[in-house]
Amino acid sequence: MAHATDIDAAPEEEIPEEPIPAMQQLLDNPFLLLFLGVVIPTVFYLIWGVMEILSIPLIK
Amino acid sequence: MATNRMFRTCPSTGLVFHQPAERLMMANAVAAAVFLLFGGILAIMVVLTRWPAVHLLAADRFYQVLTGHGINMLIFWVIFFEIAVLYFCSSTLLKSRLATPGLAWAAFWLMVIGALINNYAVFWRDDSSVMMTSYAPMGAHWSFYLGLILFAVGALVACFVFFGTLVVAKSERTYVGSVPLVTFGAITAAIIAVFTIASGAIILIPTFLWSLGLISHIDPLMYHTIWWAFGHSSQQINVAAHIAVWYAIAAIVFGAKPLSERVSRSAFLLYILFLQLASAHHLLVDPGLSETWKIFNTSYAMYLAVLASMVHGLTVPGAIEAAQREKGYTHGLFEWLRKAPWGNPVFSGMFISLVGFGFLGGISGVMMGTLQLNTLIHNTLYVPGHFHATVVIGTSLAFMALTYFLIPTLFRREVMFPTIAKWQPYVFGLGMTGVALFLMAAGTLGVPRRDWDITGAGNAFPYSFPGSAFLMLGLAAISGLIAITGGAMYLLNTVGSVFFGKRIQTPDFQHVRAAEGVAPSPKPVAAAIGSYHPGGGGALVAPGTFILALVFLVSFVLYYFINWKYLATVWPMR
Ligand code: HEM
Ligand SMILES: [Cu+2]
Repeated sequence: MAHATDIDAAPEEEIPEEPIPAMQQLLDNPFLLLFLGVVIPTVFYLIWGVMEILSIPLIK
Repeated sequence: MATNRMFRTCPSTGLVFHQPAERLMMANAVAAAVFLLFGGILAIMVVLTRWPAVHLLAADRFYQVLTGHGINMLIFWVIFFEIAVLYFCSSTLLKSRLATPGLAWAAFWLMVIGALINNYAVFWRDDSSVMMTSYAPMGAHWSFYLGLILFAVGALVACFVFFGTLVVAKSERTYVGSVPLVTFGAITAAIIAVFTIASGAIILIPTFLWSLGLISHIDPLMYHTIWWAFGHSSQQINVAAHIAVWYAIAAIVFGAKPLSERVSRSAFLLYILFLQLASAHHLLVDPGLSETWKIFNTSYAMYLAVLASMVHGLTVPGAIEAAQREKGYTHGLFEWLRKAPWGNPVFSGMFISLVGFGFLGGISGVMMGTLQLNTLIHNTLYVPGHFHATVVIGTSLAFMALTYFLIPTLFRREVMFPTIAKWQPYVFGLGMTGVALFLMAAGTLGVPRRDWDITGAGNAFPYSFPGSAFLMLGLAAISGLIAITGGAMYLLNTVGSVFFGKRIQTPDFQHVRAAEGVAPSPKPVAAAIGSYHPGGGGALVAPGTFILALVFLVSFVLYYFINWKYLATVWPMR
């Protein structure tokens, strides 16, 4: 940080970019969230539930 | 077709409205109010029939009216309003043009037509009193399902207009970094909506074909299971949406910043991942599904979602407390709360919504969602008692509170009857609290829901409930009439203000093209609600909220424990 004490001198200077944490990248991506939010209940609730219903034996 | 890039900046809040988005928000909010009015009129008849001393309607009429009340309130009023909230949270908060306004209008008209067709089936044809759940093999006329399907398709299109707007905002760089927290809450609601509507399509389209005779058979258990992925998840859209509204109002009224963006966003993430699984709590007594499936989906997953709700319940008042303390209300534990603007319906409505949702809706919901305890109250009036606390005190009252903010900012009208507005959240909130508590009490005494006559008069095996059950039904009805009065006060004010209210004139009012700069100076409201606050509003500077949270936890644990004791007495293990 060469200019740390000299803020006024470099108005256009960009703040050095920190790497964006993985969690924030996830939270900033609505389509990834959409994917998770649809797949998880589809697998655990719908598919699992429907498989259980289909595996109930029918009376002969 | 040229893209409309005309915007206006609200002079008092600094919020930016895209011209087509603004009209769409107004149309959806007005449609919502129309269905609230209709559902409210039906509520009068429901309540007066379930009051044994009055017993207003004949049996067939009662089931017809109850079907209409459930659908018009829970689906049409709430979802129309939610679409307005989605457009607000994307276009307005991100200062972006709304993607594809033409499609958004198509969505709106699909929803209107769907809602009308459904009501036609229930009320005009009078052959579709199947309740909002329409459990197969009980069949309605095909137009009943068609109406719901059209409405759902419209709502789905609206969700994609919302997602499209997020894409537009990002590519046109109308914001930097992350979206504001309120928008993030709306994203949560929209994601849950996509799963909800997809599940609805999976089950309602075959049922529609069945009603036309094109499919021979709908398996009742399959219907139950998939329908509740739709029916329950749609309640979670409401939860996510009204919590976004709480955060918005905390920012609007107090300029409150979230205590921690990270914590609040993670709580919304827990909703996205787990909230929808709780649909299984509607199937806890159904045969054919394993205990493993039931307990995994309700308990394990649901508790993570409950944790998220408790986080929001802590951080919303916490943010308000922090903002109030910064303004100097630092005396004791609760000066910040005592000195809050209790006469402002935007705040009072939101706060009653928060407390009612948490204490009444939240605690009873966790109790009911527990496999063993569910057997105590399954299909009793406890269930409507619970969800009038969540979806009426929680969602509907939060939306009402937001309306008082939207009348001047979105509709640019003065609130016509400020005194009525001031009292409305109290009348509605108090009445609904009574409805919720007394219905729950009746349910605890075993009174069934959706039952025209609990005495079973004229039946071979009548049943006699204790006198206290009748008392509870009477008290619920009286509270219901108070709540309906509160609802009427809301509608009087909104319809009056929006259509006949005094226009708010601002001298240099104009719509400007986006290129000419839309947001001259961020006014406090726009800045608080429409930006990302990394680091949040500071450390936990909210001791009062902490005490409130402890009170909540103690009530929660006690009530949960009492119900286990109660279960042990009705089901002795000797
Ligand atoms: C304005 C005052 C209201 C009153 C007095 C009221 C009263 C009632 C009562 C007593 C029942 C239970 C009937 C029974 O099971 O026999 C009921 C059912 C119901 N209410 Fe309300 N309600 C009101 C507003 C609302 C609102 C705003 C919503 C939704 C946002 C709503 C959604 C429902 C639903 C979904 C049902 C269940 C219908 C069914 O069993 O299929 N109510 N209402
Ligand atoms: Cu549910």
